[in-house]
Amino acid sequence: MDPILLVLATLDGIAYAALVFLVAVGLTLIFGVMRILNVAHGGFYAIGAYAAASLVLSVSGADLNPWLTFPALLVAAGAVGAVLGLVIERGLLRHIYAKEEVLQLLVTFAAFMILEDVQRLVWGVQPYAATDPVRLLGTVEVMGIPYNAYQIILLPAIALLVLVGLRWFLRHTLSGKVITAVTEDRETAITVGIDARRVFTITFVIGAVLASLGGALASPTTAIQLGLGAEMIVLSFAVVATAGLGQVEGAALAALLIGLGRSFAVYLVPELDVLIPYMIMVLVLLVRPQGLFAVAEKRRI
Amino acid sequence: MHRCLKLPVALALILSAGTAAAADKPETLTIGITGFLSGPASVFGEPARAASEILLDDLNRAGGIGGVPVTAIWVDEGAGGEHVLSEYRRLVQDVGVDAMFASISSGNCKKVAPLAEDLRILNIMWDCGTQKIFEENSYRYVFRTQANATPEMLSTLLYLLKTRPDFETIAVVNQDYAWGRDSWHIFSTALRRLKPGVRVVAELFPKFGAPDFSTEISRLLALRPDVILSTSWGGDLDNFVRQSVQRGLTERSTFVLPLMESSLQRIGPDMPEGVIVGGRGDHYFLHPEFRDDDAFAAFVERYHAATGEYPIYPVFHIAQALAALQGAYERAIAGNDGAWPDREQVVDAMEGLEFRGLGRTVRIRDDHQGVEDQMIGVTRRDPAYGFAVMDHMMIFPGAEITTPAGMDSTAWLENLPESILEIPVETYRHAE
Repeated sequence: MDPILLVLATLDGIAYAALVFLVAVGLTLIFGVMRILNVAHGGFYAIGAYAAASLVLSVSGADLNPWLTFPALLVAAGAVGAVLGLVIERGLLRHIYAKEEVLQLLVTFAAFMILEDVQRLVWGVQPYAATDPVRLLGTVEVMGIPYNAYQIILLPAIALLVLVGLRWFLRHTLSGKVITAVTEDRETAITVGIDARRVFTITFVIGAVLASLGGALASPTTAIQLGLGAEMIVLSFAVVATAGLGQVEGAALAALLIGLGRSFAVYLVPELDVLIPYMIMVLVLLVRPQGLFAVAEKRRI
Repeated sequence: MHRCLKLPVALALILSAGTAAAADKPETLTIGITGFLSGPASVFGEPARAASEILLDDLNRAGGIGGVPVTAIWVDEGAGGEHVLSEYRRLVQDVGVDAMFASISSGNCKKVAPLAEDLRILNIMWDCGTQKIFEENSYRYVFRTQANATPEMLSTLLYLLKTRPDFETIAVVNQDYAWGRDSWHIFSTALRRLKPGVRVVAELFPKFGAPDFSTEISRLLALRPDVILSTSWGGDLDNFVRQSVQRGLTERSTFVLPLMESSLQRIGPDMPEGVIVGGRGDHYFLHPEFRDDDAFAAFVERYHAATGEYPIYPVFHIAQALAALQGAYERAIAGNDGAWPDREQVVDAMEGLEFRGLGRTVRIRDDHQGVEDQMIGVTRRDPAYGFAVMDHMMIFPGAEITTPAGMDSTAWLENLPESILEIPVETYRHAE
């Protein structure tokens, strides 16, 4: 392969991985703590994207400073994630923690479908586009090829920030340590007096905010349309399963692996482009059924 | 004894009432229409539904068809092929619709065609594009009131060859499903025949609904093909065009986008000039031959007032299907000495029918395929609109660019006569 193409494919892969990571990390965090595979995560992503696009469009249309579209992305993501996260956790999941895992999966799937209909009702069927943030940052040339600075600089930087921030939060703050404790051994954590319900709420809201942040940051790069959430949730599952459920750093590496795999496929064997993420997942799971980074579960008697 | 008599008498009454009704005018004519009202393809279904309400309203105000008002029942294709088939059956057998318009998806058209034969119901394929339906089978009850993929792709290629004859390399970026693959097959088969030296430098088929084409665009930027073809539509096309514009790809290569007419309003002022675009027929709200026509202009205005948008090609397709239905009934009534026709007479009247929706006249051929002219143009900015309009439009005669009845498209395209490059076309400039 031509060394120039090697660089191009790597850049494309990193930009793609950054977005996938933001969504997958929330999913894996929620699973780690609550042992629930939250399909509604795809709905948070899509509504985050729709809300961000609406807010960006109203900022662009209101004759304000166009750079305000950047805080608009963050505000939309935070508001959607916090509200939806709280409503779904308090209103729905709280009542089924003691139920079977299959039932929990089905309930979050139902929530996902309800959220799809909410998108249809609120935003209709026509695709939305709010590209101002991408336009404002302009392009940078890499070996004669123009790239969007938004995609190859800003997105990876934010993904890195989220990764480092989450690590710091989980290891160096009390709330974070409590979350880690519940992830690693829920029973002991409860026995020593940790309020698991509160931890569940906090984790779920953080996860939901990360998903809608992913959607909000994706919104300037793409047309927001129905079906966006389903696309992302399937890919995030592949990332999370490859990394091992509950692994935050693992999700970053798996996202990178899958992002690079996909972009190299487009250059070398475009027919496999769609298949690559799942082929990587299958190969990893054949060798390590728990995922790349999962620690073996301790058997409890 | 008294009781025993009642039943046969009642039966006889019902039966005689039944035979009498066949000759009587019904209270209403009901049509079932399948179209996407959910999912990505609802960008086509919703405009068509909005248009059908206006068109039926107009039709019924003018007395309906032969004095009978027409109503429509919509079925959502977005709920899946199985749902379409069961709703189709229900509408025909339980509701008793008089005709079906199905469908947008070519996959659904293929499934519905044999069902229409079984149920003996007039089925107008009002939007789907696959050329294979009448090339692989023949039907009594199934008709198509617009062109198919072959003339749509061939007219696009001819426009390209006429306006940019010097290109040497081409790349394609199509959606990874039947339409994306089939349309490229048609285009590339004709291209190999009419301009054999062209090199295909990339064939990319990203997933249907892919939100991000960054990698494909990087590769195309590095490859620098002279021409980039994409037959994508909806959000996929919007994304591909917007992302290409952002990264300067539209400045390096000539873009050819045969379905772009349906995305122009959404892309807005970002659309570059000089992109070759089409709308699956001579479908355009500024149709150079009809834009000043009173009925045409009034419809465009009403549609704009109702939806906030200008009509796109599926609107024109549903108008053609309704015009054909009206034409067939009126022809059958005339052939029946003014009496209301039975269903078989209406089906007979569809054969060889000529009708006009909101574009040029369309004729139904012996194999039930519509022969429709094709318009292709290039984008140009006009400050009167917040989006790109078409300029240098060419209208290709449908009869010359449609696979002859009874022939297979691939075989026909592989042996296209060179003279096809010289067929007469009308050229129009955009009038500001």
